Amino acid sequence: MTFTIPSFHLSSIGPWLTLTVTAILILVLDALSPKGRKVCFSWLALAGLAVAAFQTIGLWGSTGTDFVRMVYLDNFAFFFYFIFILGAALTVLISRQYLEDYGKNMGEYYALILFATVGMMLMAAGAHLIMIFLGLEIMSIAVYVLAGLFREDLRSNEAALKYLILGAFSSAFLLFGMAMLYGASGGTLFLDDLPLRLGADPAMAYLVLLGVGLLIVGFGFKVAAAPFHMWTPDVYEGAPTSVTAFMAVAVKAAAFAAFARVFFLAFPAIKVDWTMVLWVMAVATMTIGNVAALSQTNIKRMLAYSSIAHAGYLLMALVAANQLGAVSLLYYLLAYTLMNLGAFGVVILVGRKKDRYINIYDYSGLGAQHPVLAASMALFMFALAGIPPTAGFVGKFYVFSAAVQAGYIWLAIIGVMNSLVSVFYYLRITVLMYMKPAEADLGPVVFSPAQTAVVALTAAGVLAIGIFPGSLYNLAMNAVKIFPGL
Amino acid sequence: MQLPILSILVFLPIVGIGILLILDRKRHKGLKIATLAISLVEFVVSLPLWFNFNSQTAAMQFVERREWLPTYGISYYVGIDGFSLLLIMLTTLLTPLCVLATWDDIQHRVKEFMVCLLALMAGMIGVFVSLDLFLFYVFWEVMLIPMYLLIGVWGNPARRVYAAIKFFLFTMFGSLLMLVAILVLYFHYGKTTGTYTFDLLKMYGTSIPFNMQFWMFLAFGLAFAIKVPMFPFHTWLPDAHTEAPTVGSVILAAVLLKMGTYGFLRFNMPMFPEAAHYFVPLFSILAIIGIVYGALVSMMQKDLKRLIAFSSVSHLGFVMLGLFTFTMPGVQGGIIQMINHGLSTGALFLIVGMIYERRHTRMIVDFGGLCTPMPIFAIIFMIVTLSSIGLPGLNGFVGEFLILLGTFQVNKLYAVIAATGVIFAACYMLWMFQRVIFGKVTNDKNKDLKDLSWREIAIFAPLILFIVWIGVYPSTFLDKTKASTENFLALMEKAKSTHVSQSHVFKGEAQ
Repeated sequence: MTFTIPSFHLSSIGPWLTLTVTAILILVLDALSPKGRKVCFSWLALAGLAVAAFQTIGLWGSTGTDFVRMVYLDNFAFFFYFIFILGAALTVLISRQYLEDYGKNMGEYYALILFATVGMMLMAAGAHLIMIFLGLEIMSIAVYVLAGLFREDLRSNEAALKYLILGAFSSAFLLFGMAMLYGASGGTLFLDDLPLRLGADPAMAYLVLLGVGLLIVGFGFKVAAAPFHMWTPDVYEGAPTSVTAFMAVAVKAAAFAAFARVFFLAFPAIKVDWTMVLWVMAVATMTIGNVAALSQTNIKRMLAYSSIAHAGYLLMALVAANQLGAVSLLYYLLAYTLMNLGAFGVVILVGRKKDRYINIYDYSGLGAQHPVLAASMALFMFALAGIPPTAGFVGKFYVFSAAVQAGYIWLAIIGVMNSLVSVFYYLRITVLMYMKPAEADLGPVVFSPAQTAVVALTAAGVLAIGIFPGSLYNLAMNAVKIFPGL
Repeated sequence: MQLPILSILVFLPIVGIGILLILDRKRHKGLKIATLAISLVEFVVSLPLWFNFNSQTAAMQFVERREWLPTYGISYYVGIDGFSLLLIMLTTLLTPLCVLATWDDIQHRVKEFMVCLLALMAGMIGVFVSLDLFLFYVFWEVMLIPMYLLIGVWGNPARRVYAAIKFFLFTMFGSLLMLVAILVLYFHYGKTTGTYTFDLLKMYGTSIPFNMQFWMFLAFGLAFAIKVPMFPFHTWLPDAHTEAPTVGSVILAAVLLKMGTYGFLRFNMPMFPEAAHYFVPLFSILAIIGIVYGALVSMMQKDLKRLIAFSSVSHLGFVMLGLFTFTMPGVQGGIIQMINHGLSTGALFLIVGMIYERRHTRMIVDFGGLCTPMPIFAIIFMIVTLSSIGLPGLNGFVGEFLILLGTFQVNKLYAVIAATGVIFAACYMLWMFQRVIFGKVTNDKNKDLKDLSWREIAIFAPLILFIVWIGVYPSTFLDKTKASTENFLALMEKAKSTHVSQSHVFKGEAQ
């Protein structure tokens, strides 16, 4: 028996390799460096991410598959690479000072962030359901650990345990769904082959539906869509704030990348069925998220519910299932990455040392004490609420247009009414900052350079891509050409 | 090449914000002078619009067009016709006056206040010049934030937050539904013609099935009706007016409310003409209810600002009634009444602001006999009051007369009921005036009130000039709007032929 090793190009997974090698290097350096000696792991991680970004730019425009059709090479994946790299880099930047305050500025933190990013890239580029599952697990396991980083803190422990147990269940659902599809398709899990093979045997129709349903459960959990959102507030509140930020943007983006690709590519034949389910989920998700956010007084919890609501808007883009929907998904996720990370950056700064001030009333009077910081927070809040001229508005505009174009006018109306509800709790932060006096002297805000840079960069980004969305729109349009069925 | 005046008008305030940001926040006078200078430059820049405006044509003038998001059919497309010209001039005229009015009024966070004021200015002009639905929506929403902050930060401490949030949520509610309607319209237009565009002028005269016009008209109409505000949606207005700082009330009354009526004129009616005809009874009746109800409620108010706020509901009812007559005098009267209301009500809010600065109360009972210590103030107050009532020779008369004339041609009953509004207006305004100005000085605190300073007189001088000008020789202003109105009426006339009844709509037979 002879084995032939199929040909492949390492360059097509260049960004993965770079990040993996950087992560391992960080771990080794951490182990070798004497105790107490500070090694700048964050710079190393940033360097790795920068190299990965350059490699992605080099890959941009390439097409086809590699590694025996296991990996897609297309702009859809590369667009998501950028989102993940951006999310990870901004997370690394806001983390350092925050972790040092806790005495937790450890190498493994950065290594885990990088490993999670690699997992996300696998999810975005996976051409085979098992690849997507592997990516999901690589990402999830890293994030489970990150959520429990503060192991002396009960809340952090609770968050990690909850996330692990529920996450493991959801992975099982996902895997079970894949097994159903494997059976129904007569033994293949390649996304390219699935559409033809699934329709081949009418007797298998129910098995296909069951499999797709289970996939929705699995992905729904990762994107925090109702009714699989229960874990989100507790985990987001308990996890270290920088990890929460990472989960809210990058993990969600990765799950949506896989969600969109699998459903758009593999199941166009039963679009009617899954759009119906997702319609209900989208409505439930945004309504639950927004209504529950109204009554939150902890800013992390509020942002957790708000992230659930945003998952609902993003699901609208999936429901629309047209080209504009796919474009809006990409644009919205990028915009959301910027505005949400910016908001979490402000939360970390205002929280001062060790998250002491994460109640929304701690923002009272911020407008008078720190006008620029307050103005940035107001900008992020208005952006999250979807008010022009910010990226959040353009994102919502695209999502709603996709829904209207696909004929879901009621869904769009429910969506805008939800935005109205969300305006209330986002506005409340600005009310507190500008219209209420400070309740107590909370001490000065320490502006560490990296964290300040994150807030400034994201604020500029939110405005820039909000006012000039054109080029990004064209990039996203280019990226979604891979879905011929839309 | 022609100078891009409209773009300069929109972006000059934004440049001004940049200048303010680098100034020292502790030097209040300097900040105010800088803002005044910027707003005066803005006014001067807007003058060529008035003088070079060609009143013979209904076409858009001073047009500028740049691609913004070409793949989506969105462009930066601005231009003006007779309708927007007057409103822009009103805006640029009022803003410097507002800055002058803040001289002593605003003492804390001056920098932020001025930034908000300039942002508001950019947004208001943007709304009036946009000829692209997307651009219009962006300006429409952008303008919310500074106004919200003006009310919420510099308003009356007791209830400002409530008023600010109410203002924001009410307006947002309407405009979000309008956003959906804009999108539906965009895709409908794209599907029927093959070109996807947000260009407003192309939307005019597209044949939209009546069933769709019906809902579109309601969605757009809700956004504008909340802004106007028309009768059942007016509840945010008294709160916002009462709690806002003086300048906030002035801008809110003089310009922001006009965006609603302007929206009907520019978007709702020409885009959905058949539905507009269909909805004439509903909107006319709501307008009449607004006229009478606003007037009756005004009569019972104890707070001067609240009184003026409710009188706005009444006055704007006249505007809406006039616009929905689709007759030459009605529509022209409606437009001139928008300007009148901006001048008179703006002036009234300034007047209340000035006595509030002196006495820190706005309750009518706290005053009385003010003509003794403040004669100049009393004279100005009287002119403005009479203008608001509609005394012949002053501006209010021209607007209300034309509107009633137009209404009479269409429906006599409406005209009769609406005319009672004029009588009620005389009642509440004169009664209020009498209680505040005439009689003996009953309250000792009022004895030594200082009369108006030169600065304050300077604020009123231009307002009163125009109040008299419009009253005596309205043709100057009516001529500017004539061509646009004729064009508008011709458009509406074309759609009149289709008769649709309610039962058709709900059976889905209407096409």
